[in-house]
Amino acid sequence: MNIAPELIHIAVALAAIAAFIGLNGLVLVWLERKVAGHIQRRPGPYEVGPWGLLQPVADAVKLVGKQLVRPKVADPWLYWSAPLLSFTPVFLLFLTIPFGPRLIGMEFNLGLLLILAFSGLNVLALCLAGWSSANKYSLLGAARAVAQSIAYEIPLLLAVLAIAFQFGTLNLSTIVHHQGPMPWQWNVMTQPLAFIIYFICAVAETNRAPFDLPEAESELTAGFHTEYSGMAFGLFFLAEYAYIIVISCVATVLFLGGWHGPGAPGFWWFLLKVYALIMVIIWLRWTYPRVRFDQLLNINWKWLLPLALVNLLLTLIFVKM
Amino acid sequence: MLHYAQEQLQGDYYTRAFQAGAQEDTLILNMGPQHPSTHGVLRIILELHGEYILRAEPVLGYVHRMQEKMGEVKTYPQYLPNMGRVDYLHALAWNWAYVLAVEELLQLEVPERAEYIRVITCELNRITSHLLWWGAYLLDLGAFTPIMYGFADRERAMDLLQIITGSRLTYCYYSFGGVTADLTPQFIDGTKEFCKYLRTRLPMYKDLVTDNMILRHRVDDIGIIPVDMARRYGVTGPNLRGSGVEHDLRRNTPYSIYDRFDFEIPAYEECDALARYLVRMDEMEESLSIIEQAIDSLPEGPVTPPKMPKVIKPPKGEAYGAVEGARGVIGIHVISDGTATPYRIKLRSPSFSNLSLFAEVSEGILLADAVSILGSLDLVIPEIDR
Repeated sequence: MNIAPELIHIAVALAAIAAFIGLNGLVLVWLERKVAGHIQRRPGPYEVGPWGLLQPVADAVKLVGKQLVRPKVADPWLYWSAPLLSFTPVFLLFLTIPFGPRLIGMEFNLGLLLILAFSGLNVLALCLAGWSSANKYSLLGAARAVAQSIAYEIPLLLAVLAIAFQFGTLNLSTIVHHQGPMPWQWNVMTQPLAFIIYFICAVAETNRAPFDLPEAESELTAGFHTEYSGMAFGLFFLAEYAYIIVISCVATVLFLGGWHGPGAPGFWWFLLKVYALIMVIIWLRWTYPRVRFDQLLNINWKWLLPLALVNLLLTLIFVKM
Repeated sequence: MLHYAQEQLQGDYYTRAFQAGAQEDTLILNMGPQHPSTHGVLRIILELHGEYILRAEPVLGYVHRMQEKMGEVKTYPQYLPNMGRVDYLHALAWNWAYVLAVEELLQLEVPERAEYIRVITCELNRITSHLLWWGAYLLDLGAFTPIMYGFADRERAMDLLQIITGSRLTYCYYSFGGVTADLTPQFIDGTKEFCKYLRTRLPMYKDLVTDNMILRHRVDDIGIIPVDMARRYGVTGPNLRGSGVEHDLRRNTPYSIYDRFDFEIPAYEECDALARYLVRMDEMEESLSIIEQAIDSLPEGPVTPPKMPKVIKPPKGEAYGAVEGARGVIGIHVISDGTATPYRIKLRSPSFSNLSLFAEVSEGILLADAVSILGSLDLVIPEIDR
């Protein structure tokens, strides 16, 4: 049986990915709060551990220790499966991302497709959470989440397709190999419009401010996760951060040259670029007000979608020439 | 979808009115009494079609504290601390309206210096109120950061007021015929410095926040209050000036010494949330200018009248004190029957009138806009319920 080594390989990769998500989730929680603090003229967490580094651990312990509460009228199966459904696909997303020249969970020709397909599952989880909570705010949040995710997936796909057409592949490693170490050899130079469209859509897909309508605090109290407490909420929270990492990773691979960089190429360049993108996302959240729902959809259907189509058409013309 | 028992549908008057009126495809939503953007315990019942509001009904009374009744059982000075608690954001204006009414009953002459001190502190308090509103409104619109900046600036003004009043929020500083304590040099220097400081901050807020495109889209053309609607509901203050009416008690019926200062009454014709927003931002600058003028021409002298009766027993009669608060016209009507306790005290709170138009203005708009409109009205819930 020669399938056994492959299975072991995948199991090891999944374990590594779990550790990666867990560690990065904790770092991101700390980073978000620290950056938010400094943006808001306050120090951010600093009591727990040096520079508040242990704050996310304390938060996690608090979330784990909290009682899981379910509304009496909520459907138990759907209600409890929603956070799990939100979190589990995350593992599959990291499997095909090339973190370094040899650091990749699984070489897979349809890697990009796999990521796009499984990241679409998140919206199902949000929909289930909102529907099964039997809470009106949750329901409104879920309705927003579905409309928003479906709308923004289309220009996102079109932007990504432009890259796929350019290199004629969906394999992420190949796309990285086509780019060079210097910034002007990255795809962001040849496809700036696709990068901008991708980035805006990715922020909207992860429900981050200024597109955080499904959980719009001042309108829907907490949106789809209003009724969730403890680790059930924690899973949604962790999944959100995991998706932020995923979209930053994909952006790095597709547009920013992946693990390429001036000097020694390696996963440190990859991490650096990912964290730079994450910083931008955090910065956006703490700077801008929230857009309104009809405005959000207008941006998508009236601007991003036509622009993405034009971009794709131009790419096609250049590829064929 | 959900099967509640029939008896669970029984509620108060408002709930039943809405349950009976629910149509197919609509949703009755209770916004409040605990909701992040009602700023206190305001409850609004909404009938939603999708995210569009078909009708809305504000439900009041969750923080009713019987302020008016309390006035009938306390002596005149005993009732003073209550005033700081009606509107905790612009407490000094309520202080002022009450002492104004009682001074009229007592025929008291207020010393010159005390009048100046009242103007300075009241305007400083108005700035703190507007700064908090500014931060809280942007919080409603989903921007988390401005409230921290607003709070930090407000903190400076509150530290100044703490020096002379001794408290930070629910001030009880004005007394009948004057103020309880004189200004200190520390306060005067600090206030001058604060005025300079805030003048550097306000342009920054304009650049970073007011001119932000997303914010403009959230407030521009939202919540139109035409002048006739504003008049019908008795709207006052920045909300009325946002509808283009240059009505300000400081200018129209100048009480105290406001006629001595040179200041503008900002008004915008657009009648929308942006107009109300801009009125308040401009008002902060006008308040700064009033404070600077008052400090520059601050006379020497006593801050309390030379001779005060030990027990305050106004003669039989009625008096009405009205001042321009941060939210509009604050009116206090005191009726005296010649004893040490008022016979009746009526409080006219501006937020009550300002909120009452919400039902009309929110018909057919989006839920997110309702939050924007509520914020733009600058409501203080304890003031509504009194």
